[in-house]
Amino acid sequence: MPTSTIKNQAKSDHIDSVVSLSEKKTSSSKSELDCQCPVVKAENFSFYYGSKAGVKDISMEFYPCSVTAIIGPSGCGKSTFLRSINRINDLIPNTSVKGNLFVNGHNVYDKNTNLVNLRQQVGMVFQKPNPFPKSIFDNIAYGPKLQGVKSRSKLQQIVEESLKAAALWKEVKDDLKKSALALSGGQQQRLCIARALATKPNTLLMDEPCSALDPIATGKIEDLIGRLQSDYTIVIVTHSMQQAARISRRTAFFCLGELIEYGSTVDIFRNPGKKQTEDYVTGRFG
Amino acid sequence: MENTITNREAEPVAESNDLSLVLTPLEDLRGFLFHHLGRLLLFLITSSSVIAVFLIFFFVIREAMPFIKEHDLIKFLTSKQWYPEADTPKFGALSMIVGSAYVTVASLIFAVPVGILAAVFLSDIVSFRIREIVKPVIEILAAIPSVAYGFFAVLVLAPWLQNKFGFTTGTNALNASIILSIMALPTIISVAEDSISTVGRELREASYGLGATRFETIFKVVLPTAHSGIIAAVILGMMRAIGETMVVWMASGNAAQIPAPWWNLSQSVRTMTASIAGEMGETVKGSDHYYSLFATGVLLLILIFTLNLISEYFLVSAKKKLGKI
Repeated sequence: MPTSTIKNQAKSDHIDSVVSLSEKKTSSSKSELDCQCPVVKAENFSFYYGSKAGVKDISMEFYPCSVTAIIGPSGCGKSTFLRSINRINDLIPNTSVKGNLFVNGHNVYDKNTNLVNLRQQVGMVFQKPNPFPKSIFDNIAYGPKLQGVKSRSKLQQIVEESLKAAALWKEVKDDLKKSALALSGGQQQRLCIARALATKPNTLLMDEPCSALDPIATGKIEDLIGRLQSDYTIVIVTHSMQQAARISRRTAFFCLGELIEYGSTVDIFRNPGKKQTEDYVTGRFG
Repeated sequence: MENTITNREAEPVAESNDLSLVLTPLEDLRGFLFHHLGRLLLFLITSSSVIAVFLIFFFVIREAMPFIKEHDLIKFLTSKQWYPEADTPKFGALSMIVGSAYVTVASLIFAVPVGILAAVFLSDIVSFRIREIVKPVIEILAAIPSVAYGFFAVLVLAPWLQNKFGFTTGTNALNASIILSIMALPTIISVAEDSISTVGRELREASYGLGATRFETIFKVVLPTAHSGIIAAVILGMMRAIGETMVVWMASGNAAQIPAPWWNLSQSVRTMTASIAGEMGETVKGSDHYYSLFATGVLLLILIFTLNLISEYFLVSAKKKLGKI
């Protein structure tokens, strides 16, 4: 099948070029020395829907000041794992976990976990932009208000900072009172990022944040992620290997609920240690 | 796999059936007739209910016209004196209008908070399985004939109210309001629960993800998002209460008076519907009294029609808000 070989060749060439780009980026970003201590750490972590395992026996660590991508075919458990970190999966009935999952050294599946604080420390951005049907201002102020911030000027300051951090301030500063639903899809997603930043988290979980967006909006979100990585631990689940290669420093490959391989993005795409990973990143399956 | 492939290859290709692709004139005519006659028939069947609404409006208004022409409408709406069979008959419907408003508002004071909280409970608190059992049971409440509620009001609630609180009569505004609130509940719960459930999981997750508790998520995100549908639920419940006849006739005591002081729920009242139902049998067709009851009916129709429009507006805006239109 000569055509398909050529296609694969073309694809891996493309990935090579992308990887070399991201290599350049990585080398120019700040030193790794202060970013050695993991923020999120899973130890033999399994998550079950009823009796069916969503993810099995995951052990891995996420490091601060960098982007970690989780890739894998549909249904491989990457979203399940991501959503276990801030325990948003608790909303699904009949689930259970095994093993440990530490955030900032605390096992979040302990009985004494303060879920409110956990979710404010570990912000989340969802697959589909999901702004509240409220004004732009009220969307961003929602989290801080829950934290007890009442003063209008303080809220205004937080809203401005968050919108600036999410690269949305310039576009919306004149109509903060407008409904968030009037924004475009890409703007809504950046609004959701700003909303997550407003609670001052140290970790951001992103569940395929660009899958509902067009390429231009995707580009803007990727730029934004690149800028945010110096201040946050970012874990992003993505369907697009190109995206993982473009924006992440480390990449984890999940398949059928298991962690197959985890390493630097360059290694995963250039010299994958396992056949399965190689097949996936070269497009032979998935 | 391989087997199927070989099998298929082994079978002979089906013989061509030589069906003509062109309609014969007869087929063409038949298709034409079926298409247009069928459409006409379905249109007539569908529009019959719409036509029924217009006919009801037409006849009620036609029967009310003699009264509207000959009597002072302002007096009809503002006088408390309702002596339709006296030598100099007086037609002041105010006490009935107030009676209707009275039991409706009082029943909503009971039914709205209970209904909305029950809807929240069903949609956000209990498990899916329990909801699937409880919701149909609540909807059965709506299917109980109103005369059965009336029996309950007269035989159980009235003596209880009389003995427990020392009211002079057990069939009074409070009794009617309690029963009406129970009858309005299924409507309110069902419509409100539907609108609360259509607030998607995404918004709830967004709220939880920002560190909100369940209480905060429900009251700051879910209910505000569903508010149009909830208002519609309340108005539909209100329509149920205003339009109800049998229960208020049996439970309200039927005295054409305005309670004094106004908050005194223990006194008897009479509603517009009970007045129409109760007096229609005793009037002479074509008398002033007869026409005045139709005028009361027109008033009811206008009220219900207005409420219906308002609830429709809110239901449509609820759908728009969630991007369903």
